[in-house]
Amino acid sequence: MLITITLNGKKITEEVTADSLLIDFVRHHKCFSVKRGCETSNCGLCTVLLDGKPVLSCSLLTCRVNGHSVQTLEGLQEEAKEFVGFIANQGAEQCGFCNPGMVVNTIALLREYPDPSDEDIRQFLSGNLCRCSGYESQLRGIRAYLDFRKGDAA
Amino acid sequence: MSYRHIDQKPMKKDAMQLLLGKPAYTEDVTPADCLVVKVLRSPYAHALIKNIDTTIACKVPGIEAVYTYKDVPQNRFTMAGQTYPEFSPYDKLILDQRLRFVGDAVAIVAGENEKAVDKALKLIKTDYEVLEPVLDMHTAMDHPVLVHPEDNWDAKVECGADNKRNLVASSRWSEGDVEDVLNNCDKVIRRTYHTQPCQQAAMETFRTYCEIDYYGRLHVISSTQIVFHARRIIANALNIPKSMVRVEKPRIGGGFGSKQTLVAEIYPAFVTWLTKKPSRIVYSRKEVQTCGTPRHEMEMTVTIGAMNDGTIRCIDLYTLSNTGAYSEHGPTTVGLSGTKSIPLYTANLEAFRFDYDVVYTNVQSSGAYRGYGATQGIYAVESAVSEMASVLGIDPVTIREKNMVREGMEMPAYYHEIATSCNLDKCMEKAKNLFDWENKSKVRVLPNGHIRSAGVAMAMQGSGISGCDVGSATVKLEETGFYTLTIGAADMGTGCDTTLAQIAAETLECDLDMINVFGADTDISPYDSGSYASSTTYVTGKAVQMAAEDLIENMKQIVSQMKKVPADDMDFIGTGIKILSTGETVSLEDIATKSMFFNNIPVQITRTNTQPFSPPPFMVGMAETDIDPLTGKVEVVDYVAVVDCGTPINHNLATVQTEGGIVQGIGMALTETVTYTDKGQIMENSFMQYKIPARTDIGSLRIDFAGSYEPTGPYGAKSIGEIVINTPSPAINAAVASAIGKFHYTLPIRPESVLDALEEKK
Repeated sequence: MLITITLNGKKITEEVTADSLLIDFVRHHKCFSVKRGCETSNCGLCTVLLDGKPVLSCSLLTCRVNGHSVQTLEGLQEEAKEFVGFIANQGAEQCGFCNPGMVVNTIALLREYPDPSDEDIRQFLSGNLCRCSGYESQLRGIRAYLDFRKGDAA
Repeated sequence: MSYRHIDQKPMKKDAMQLLLGKPAYTEDVTPADCLVVKVLRSPYAHALIKNIDTTIACKVPGIEAVYTYKDVPQNRFTMAGQTYPEFSPYDKLILDQRLRFVGDAVAIVAGENEKAVDKALKLIKTDYEVLEPVLDMHTAMDHPVLVHPEDNWDAKVECGADNKRNLVASSRWSEGDVEDVLNNCDKVIRRTYHTQPCQQAAMETFRTYCEIDYYGRLHVISSTQIVFHARRIIANALNIPKSMVRVEKPRIGGGFGSKQTLVAEIYPAFVTWLTKKPSRIVYSRKEVQTCGTPRHEMEMTVTIGAMNDGTIRCIDLYTLSNTGAYSEHGPTTVGLSGTKSIPLYTANLEAFRFDYDVVYTNVQSSGAYRGYGATQGIYAVESAVSEMASVLGIDPVTIREKNMVREGMEMPAYYHEIATSCNLDKCMEKAKNLFDWENKSKVRVLPNGHIRSAGVAMAMQGSGISGCDVGSATVKLEETGFYTLTIGAADMGTGCDTTLAQIAAETLECDLDMINVFGADTDISPYDSGSYASSTTYVTGKAVQMAAEDLIENMKQIVSQMKKVPADDMDFIGTGIKILSTGETVSLEDIATKSMFFNNIPVQITRTNTQPFSPPPFMVGMAETDIDPLTGKVEVVDYVAVVDCGTPINHNLATVQTEGGIVQGIGMALTETVTYTDKGQIMENSFMQYKIPARTDIGSLRIDFAGSYEPTGPYGAKSIGEIVINTPSPAINAAVASAIGKFHYTLPIRPESVLDALEEKK
């Protein structure tokens, strides 16, 4: 079927098959940040923003996104750059494979909760699995960014 | 000692690229326009292919090739990434007529797109002769059914293997009079422990791309920890010269040992070699969970003899290990279950015995997983020591302080190596205070009825394989005076590109940004065994330091020619070389420029390091658990770990390694279940059922270091990557036992059994 999707601000009109998954569609359009870590909606690696809301692109048919806007980390670079350095300063990226999904979901988190507690952060990101870091360093990084931002505001 | 780069917290060199999602991994950096490769999997645990018909499958539009056992070379090989000659017997064919586990490879399909390949997979007609499988490791040895009856099965190294007995390895070892010492102990306990075949669950599944390069050679780009072993194994499998294979690794999305075995590489390699067309395989999570290389399932019987005052005089360990359908890492993992657990109690040990058998069964083949046998052995021995303390009425910290190995001691059960650097005592002291053991070790019932309690465990590992591992590094002075460091070790997220660059920058007294790192590619990198066995920092790290030191000497030679002064009249000052007698400084840029102009002194130095010993890192872990008496659910609310990894090269990365290892260990202890149907099928074949910890599953983690100084390591460093997974299972087991009055002898510790014990206690 013929669909139109705004991918990272660019309108794409394209013929897709009925069983095409959004993750495969965006990777086909060179959004390589979007990763597949499972096939069962458990890992969060494939998180993208659909009209600004985080969704798992591995469990979404491309045709369902017809007429909507999709953002991957490729289209969220400036917003990501504001805080990912703080995560890197903790050594929390490790192998990096889960990073894009976690970063995109953190963007969603910070938009919805500008001043989240540690528990808010854990809950919001609980669907983003990571096998390397043990999670604490990611939390320290996000916390360091929030502290920095507060200091900046003061 | 104070350093400029060592024990500092520099950012990982690739951190920003990874966090911003730039293309870096196999599937991102290789062309998608290639053949899609998939494998047809056996539905039976043990079967022979009577007939296989691929005619219809081949007719699916877009199908390039369908291969069966009739098409592959008949020489057996091992997929285990180990130094040649491998301990793992050669028992594998690319495709075999005999299928040995549910998920074993039946056929390889290659086609233009995934849809065509999926369709073709369904159209292969296979008649199986279903055979009786060997599913229970207890009855596998000398079972009438053989997993590997074939006559061309080949054990390259004598390790007690015998395929006609379903045996992959067998060993008997004791020192001192075990029976006599046990007879003279006040208290002897004997317990049997079982550990499950946990999955490494690296976020990036196995994946490999292959193409034919412009010399007609096979160019393999793969997510692997072991480029050089991979080259050998692929050449062995395809029965082609090693010179015809080049293996390269891009960024790796996690390994934890899983990518120390050639799980996926041989399939696209075979396709590309025969078709001469590029191809790629990407494993599904289900394939990883059922056709990967998990931790070896082990059953360990521990006998401990102690005096009433807590003196531990004897440890006797028998390990039965299940390698599954193939031998990968079977003969080697098992050794660590004893050699990395018994030596923790060296101080008063008068006798020990460590026997083992490793058996073939018709289940998923095991492999290398962080900890490599030590994790299993330490769970057993440390649980037994905690139980002994409880039986004797001695504090579990006190019994450990009384018996632990200390610096300078000879460790008979660790091949008689000397503990040249050991701060295990300081780790315990620090952990005790940081954790508040005094108070938290008391069982407490909270107002909501939850029970809080605590447990402790010690651990050790190695730093590389003694008398075997080879690490090399090339350091090159480049134009304008920066450097390139080339390695064959693999950064799989661990950060070795950065930590090795830190060692180079420390030696060369320059900024970290002055060191570019390249790794790893068999055509370019100096030989390295690869990144496993906790070897990279200790073995390759020292090679980096030595290469940098030699480069400084050569730079002095160049200045000597330039300025006609002897090299001993010079000081290397990082930005250049200072001539002591004149006070003149020759800049790095001038030296680099001279190196490219009428020069015969090399500014590219390769050094190789190997060690006859493997200095153990040590650590202490303390867990505080919270048990819900209504559900039996166990939560780890606080975990303190203090590690002696020698000098931590990168403080941040060492901390995160520790945190990550502990969380994996918590998964093993509490949630990562592996069960089989009576047909040998794995139930937990996705992340739906195989529960690795999420960030809401863990409480606080508090990490500290009590680093000793290892004289043979680079700047005093030992390893950190593996040891950190070893303490959670025994520490949590002990914590739960102190609350419910019962130790667990099998993992994971499930809410049902906790609840049962609480009911019994009532």
